[in-house]
Amino acid sequence: MTSTNVEEMDNEATELRALAGLRVVVTGGTSGLGLALVRALRASGAEVAFVARTRERVIAVAEETGAIGIVADVADKDDIHRIALQVGASVGASGAIDLLVNNASSLGPVPLRPLGDTDCEDLEAALAANLLGPFRLTKALLGPLAAAARESAPSVVLNVSSDAATSAYAEWGAYGASKAALAHLSAIWSLELAGERVRVLSLDPGDMDTPLHELALPGSDRASLKRPVDAARALLRAVIAARGEVRS
Amino acid sequence: MSPRGTIHPDAAGAALVAASTPTQRPRDARLLAMDGTGSMSIVPRREWTSLVRSGDVVVANDAATLPASLVSHHLRTGARVEVRLAARRTLEPTDLVFDAVLFGEGDHRTRTEERAGPPSMRAGDLLALEGSPLVFTVIETLEHPRFVRISFEGAHGVFWSELARLGRPVQYAHVPEALALWDVWTVIAGPAVAFEPPSAGFVLDWAGLAAIRARGASFATLTHAAGLSSTGDPALDARLPLDEAYRIPLRTTRLVLDARARGGRVIAIGTTVVRALEHAASSLRDASTRRGALADVADQRIGRDSALRVVEVIVSGTHEPGTSHRELLRAFAPDALLAEVDARLAEERFRTHEFGDSVWIESGARLGSGSARDLGDASVTPRTA
Repeated sequence: MTSTNVEEMDNEATELRALAGLRVVVTGGTSGLGLALVRALRASGAEVAFVARTRERVIAVAEETGAIGIVADVADKDDIHRIALQVGASVGASGAIDLLVNNASSLGPVPLRPLGDTDCEDLEAALAANLLGPFRLTKALLGPLAAAARESAPSVVLNVSSDAATSAYAEWGAYGASKAALAHLSAIWSLELAGERVRVLSLDPGDMDTPLHELALPGSDRASLKRPVDAARALLRAVIAARGEVRS
Repeated sequence: MSPRGTIHPDAAGAALVAASTPTQRPRDARLLAMDGTGSMSIVPRREWTSLVRSGDVVVANDAATLPASLVSHHLRTGARVEVRLAARRTLEPTDLVFDAVLFGEGDHRTRTEERAGPPSMRAGDLLALEGSPLVFTVIETLEHPRFVRISFEGAHGVFWSELARLGRPVQYAHVPEALALWDVWTVIAGPAVAFEPPSAGFVLDWAGLAAIRARGASFATLTHAAGLSSTGDPALDARLPLDEAYRIPLRTTRLVLDARARGGRVIAIGTTVVRALEHAASSLRDASTRRGALADVADQRIGRDSALRVVEVIVSGTHEPGTSHRELLRAFAPDALLAEVDARLAEERFRTHEFGDSVWIESGARLGSGSARDLGDASVTPRTA
């Protein structure tokens, strides 16, 4: 599946109740879209483990939502199996996972700048957070994702994309190139994992009123931006549709 | 590499070679297959799924490996102690009572046989992790100066985050490179409950699982908390394997019973799968009619006199005679045939240990269709034998 504007899916009137009891992992879960996803998933009755870098914020979100907080950086290779270990300990003896949301993103260097002025190290850092991190974490959790799919409905990997993955915007080089690579990775993985009943989605939530957006385009008209909570709901409806059946 | 060959009786002096590089699926890995008639062949291991037939079910252990080696201080004496978590009677992440083997000064570069012992342990002693708030309490000593039962009383979330931060997988003197978690997790690894890797599962990859399906066979998993496979202490090693908790999902139970009822083979990837399925043999039929997984603790030994009631084929690493893994193979084939396998492995200079080559051994007794009702009859050898 290629990147899709989730607004097209908004009309699918599927209840988020279908998420009750699902075992979910969300990266970048303490701000913006990730936080909205953690809240919506918890409100739907899902069991959620989330990952973020800042300990204080992880503790605060865990206390607020009752989700399991994991302090780690998905861009750091050494943290990936530490995350997987703690995820495994958070989902009970079955160890299965129904949904992984690779949401954590890096804009690359800010203020945004032309590629010619982008340091190689900054491009590498964007690729580490936006491409290698999701690749590594998905790989580390593929066993639990396939296990869930064998036991019940298909499991889902949702890679949060951007229109910068499909359109070329000046000064968005590090971010856009890494998101384009992630979208293509998702499309290939989706084909390869069909037999395991693991669906891989790459979805663009649209322009949202988030700290990341403010960092990229300071001073934007916030009223013109989508609320993260609405984007989160739209994404979760797409997840339910991809699972293809509603859990009772 | 010859696909088929004969045993040379003059193979004396040849030996297994320790696999010293932590590569799970080296391109040149080999597999020695012995069928139910004792006929042997050697194939490139990446082609192992060509031995699977329509109607078979391949069962693997999806346990991820814990970073079970922890540097601690024994607070009563101040001594530095390596805590090596070794076994646990449950798979529940909230239950934090472990059996552990303790080592004194030194590290994995010293062969475990030569490692110093810990200070004398008493119930109530505390073992504090270096650089961490995590403290274990010694509950009891287990009739050996190195062997104790310990518990962690704090919040389980703290335990898992500190274990993730500070624990290292058990290291091996024969692998010079420090092992990271990704070296010891199979591709299907899920619940982190194994104390050493269920390394027979290193044969698995996603292309192989697709190949199994394409051959009309099924793939299923169970979770088995593989315990420490060696302690370096003869008295402790004689107590292996330790009791190991396992969990068999309902789907796996049903696939196993279906395969047997229809004449397919149950192919176990590793000794831990054999131990779990054979321990559960009497319960599988009942479990298949209930909703939910079958969970229990395997406490039996499997060896020469054990009647296999569920598993017909084992895929395993190569193991030296006398080890508990090698003992289990005796349930699959007569000693005379296993001696021929050993000779052939040595002659062909197969690699041994976790990252080594593999064997595929079919049990001699071919179970025909309708044999599922046999599950209620024979019994496994009690561990206390």
